[in-house]
Amino acid sequence: MSLDLILRVGTKLILPFILLFALYVQFHGDYGPGGGFQAGVIAASAIILLSITFGLEAAHRIAPQSLVERMIPLGVLIYAGTGVAGLLMGKNYLDYSVLAHDAVHGHELGIFLVEAGVLITVASTMTALFYAFAERGR
Amino acid sequence: MLINTVLMTLLAVVTIAIVRQRSLFGVVILASVYSFLMASVLVVLDAVDVAMTEASVGAGISTVLLLATLHLIKTTEIRSVRPHLMPLVISVGTGAILVWGTLVLPPFGTPDAVIHQHVAARYVADTIKDTGVPNVVTSVLADYRSYDTLGETTVIFTAGIGVMLLLHRARRRGRSNDGET
Repeated sequence: MSLDLILRVGTKLILPFILLFALYVQFHGDYGPGGGFQAGVIAASAIILLSITFGLEAAHRIAPQSLVERMIPLGVLIYAGTGVAGLLMGKNYLDYSVLAHDAVHGHELGIFLVEAGVLITVASTMTALFYAFAERGR
Repeated sequence: MLINTVLMTLLAVVTIAIVRQRSLFGVVILASVYSFLMASVLVVLDAVDVAMTEASVGAGISTVLLLATLHLIKTTEIRSVRPHLMPLVISVGTGAILVWGTLVLPPFGTPDAVIHQHVAARYVADTIKDTGVPNVVTSVLADYRSYDTLGETTVIFTAGIGVMLLLHRARRRGRSNDGET
């Protein structure tokens, strides 16, 4: 029981930092190492840590299974949709230069959107996989 | 040089330990150690983006998923009755061919290697002008080679959906069997 207490308090202490680090890796990916994929895995690991320590119900309250499963295609749609936006504005698929008035800003916005799509798909896929395994174990 | 030797020796030790270990729990933990060592090797090679992925996916998520799988199955590997000579010959042979192949590669970090002569030079030179993103890895992944990353994201999507369909279907079937009996 005392060990359990240490785990619970430790998890609560470290969770915000894991999530903050995921956001840092996501948004600092333009300047340092990292990007949507790594940030997605780190964000998913926060949810997994929560469900290991506090049980699956606690994790489901924060990230419900139905929401997580809907986010998997959402990320791919954001990515593919960014490409379609380029098509609709008269350029090639996934050409970001038309997304803003300035070509360079368009590219920055395009990379941001695409990385957001990757983040959403990776984070939700990893979480959903863990949920699927954990549910079968019960 | 010293750090390379240490990392390679540790990698070899961990690999042999994984092969000899019969407890699958031990194998999973050792595989996680292997991934961390691999991440360190990638940091030494200045591939920090890949190192981060290796550390988070290889040592983190896959360890958790493998442990979750162990929860569902038996945790001891069945000892094989007779020694398998053929797989050993095939893997040692493949390894030898791969090492032989590296002998004709240009030395690590050579600027005039073929791989650095094609489009890579343009990406490095033009990334700020084209995309405003200083990290070339990000600009290549998300902009110059955006199609590839779209494909990768779709692969993750497909793999995730596939695994979930398998696990969910088995669960539903188990439930309906319970209802009948």
